[in-house]
Amino acid sequence: MAVTDSPPSEPEAPPKVRAGRAPGRLGNRVFQGISTASGIFILVILAAVAIFLLVRAWPAVTAAPSAFEDVGFMLGRDLWSWVWPLLFGTAISSVIALVVAVPLSIGIGLFISHYAPRRLAQGLGYLIDLLAAIPSVIFGLWGIQWLQPLVSPLFTWLSTNPATAWLEENVGPTIFSGYQAPARNILTAGLVLAIMVLPIITATVREVFLQTPRLHEEASLALGATRWEMIRQAVLPFGRSGVISATMLGLGRALGETMAVLMVLSPGYLINFFLLQPGQHQSIAANIASHFPEASGIGVDALIASGLILFVMTFGVNLVARWIIARRAEFSGAN
Amino acid sequence: MSVTTPPVPVRTTRRLPRWAPIPVLVASLLLAAGIQFLGDGPTIAGVFFIGAILFGIIMTVTSRVVEGERYAKDRLATTLVTFAFLLALIPLVSLLWIVIRDGVKRFSWEFLTTDMTGIYGQMVEGGAFHAIIGTVYVTGIASIIAIPLGIFTAIYLVEYGRGPLSRGITVLVDVMTGIPSIVAGLFAFTLFLVIVGPAYKSALIGGIALAVLMTPVVVRSVEEMLRLVPNELREASYALGVPKWLTIVKVVLRTAIAGITTGVMIAIARVIGETAPLLLTVGIATAVNWDAFDGRIATLPVFVYRQYAQGGASADRAWAAALTLIIIVMLLNLVARLVSRYFSPKGAR
Repeated sequence: MAVTDSPPSEPEAPPKVRAGRAPGRLGNRVFQGISTASGIFILVILAAVAIFLLVRAWPAVTAAPSAFEDVGFMLGRDLWSWVWPLLFGTAISSVIALVVAVPLSIGIGLFISHYAPRRLAQGLGYLIDLLAAIPSVIFGLWGIQWLQPLVSPLFTWLSTNPATAWLEENVGPTIFSGYQAPARNILTAGLVLAIMVLPIITATVREVFLQTPRLHEEASLALGATRWEMIRQAVLPFGRSGVISATMLGLGRALGETMAVLMVLSPGYLINFFLLQPGQHQSIAANIASHFPEASGIGVDALIASGLILFVMTFGVNLVARWIIARRAEFSGAN
Repeated sequence: MSVTTPPVPVRTTRRLPRWAPIPVLVASLLLAAGIQFLGDGPTIAGVFFIGAILFGIIMTVTSRVVEGERYAKDRLATTLVTFAFLLALIPLVSLLWIVIRDGVKRFSWEFLTTDMTGIYGQMVEGGAFHAIIGTVYVTGIASIIAIPLGIFTAIYLVEYGRGPLSRGITVLVDVMTGIPSIVAGLFAFTLFLVIVGPAYKSALIGGIALAVLMTPVVVRSVEEMLRLVPNELREASYALGVPKWLTIVKVVLRTAIAGITTGVMIAIARVIGETAPLLLTVGIATAVNWDAFDGRIATLPVFVYRQYAQGGASADRAWAAALTLIIIVMLLNLVARLVSRYFSPKGAR
């Protein structure tokens, strides 16, 4: 029988032995063709996303500022002065989400990898993964129904406590000034986002912590370190780049998350840091979702242009995150 | 003559007994409840938070006094790490709880089998049948596109891929998992706007949007499963003269089929709840639309969003639809885990 997938080093057999065609040659060709075409098709899709968005966004980018005067939701602004506040809202909600989610994820990752009993660890990790499976629209419902009333007393306290009041009188308004119930502000939206990115960051961080070389850990413990000292000496230095890339992945998700922000936040188009006031901020994604159904003409193009900006941002963030992971895999020596 | 007893060994480091945290925890929780009685009365959240803070303080201080600074730090770290984990469970538990609590009010067989034709104002009838059909259509279209594409790409990456093309695809698939869902929706919308024209609305557009989101997830999980297949199996098959493509179909895929099924089901569970792209592309309808290629179509996530936005009696329908959606997603996840547990080949887990 002829070997169909012959390695290149195989010596050429005399033609009499290899009578007829190798079996399965056509099948091999077809199969390899389909597989390669699928791989290339993925690249085509990604390119198509960029190209189609660019084609439709171009009229908005090149239009004169006066062209947007008739677009109701742009409030008479031109494209860039309309997009800046949205970019700012997107960034600030994502930053709040990361500030809350990253320390929590590191804690959860450590708990699952180093604190929880071995037999329970996998099941507990699965519980956190379940959070990732919950549809975003339901997170939105939950944010309005459960989280908002819960955080309202806390926000009231933040806004009215003596320290804030003193600062307001002597320095000026603080980031906690002027809270108004209900808590439809950027901080609540950021908290909901934090819970949505939590499982993504945790999953990566946990894997990295679990890969810590066993010998490093045991060496540390053998020198008399407590568990926390062992984690400081062995686990965290090993996992640092993993934590950074996990944070970037979480950022990518938080930037593009739509429904939670759309449902929880009362929108506004300002650039300021009043985290507790409603009607100040809006994110790009939520803005597209809320105005797209009613938009027409150049308004659609403007929304698509903002979507293109979001796409480029998340693409860049994810690319950097993957680059960090890949670099780490090359140099860590543990894999 | 006196017998000299050996000196009692001096313990230089004193440790707290192993059971020490338990009474401290109970005491902190009781104390937290007591503190709350001075105010408005205890709540579960209050007892949990104040109790956790008290426990952290008492445990660390006691440990600092008895055991010294290093052990105190260790105990504080243990408390914080455990607290972080418990804190993360709160959203999960509370979310499931309120969806079930508010969802069961309207959740019934009738809700699942009627649509919204002729329902207006504060009428409490009506259901999500049309939205369930729509979700099945849209997710079905996405699956028909994404599953073969994803599996073949994974086969390319594992079995054929060499060099820069394969590396580029790997990186871009990873990046593609991070595409915001709303951007996928915009893409599908512009695609049909440019090719077919502005008036066209159908489940197909939504299906394409979801396929963009689903494909990278399928590729990643299938790729991981194919890499788990031992090389010895492939080599044994080649040695018997089996062509490469048959080896892939009959040996590699056959071995990895449980893992592939799991990955595909989790990918479906991920896209079935996507809301934003469907909000842009397929809109909402009040009756069942049996034609996947023409006309607006309702889907469960959009139904939840729209009904909740209307308020009143519609909000109850939103919760019932949310419960339906959660049940579907959880079932998919559960079945996926069971498949991978009971059907994966020995040693590959």
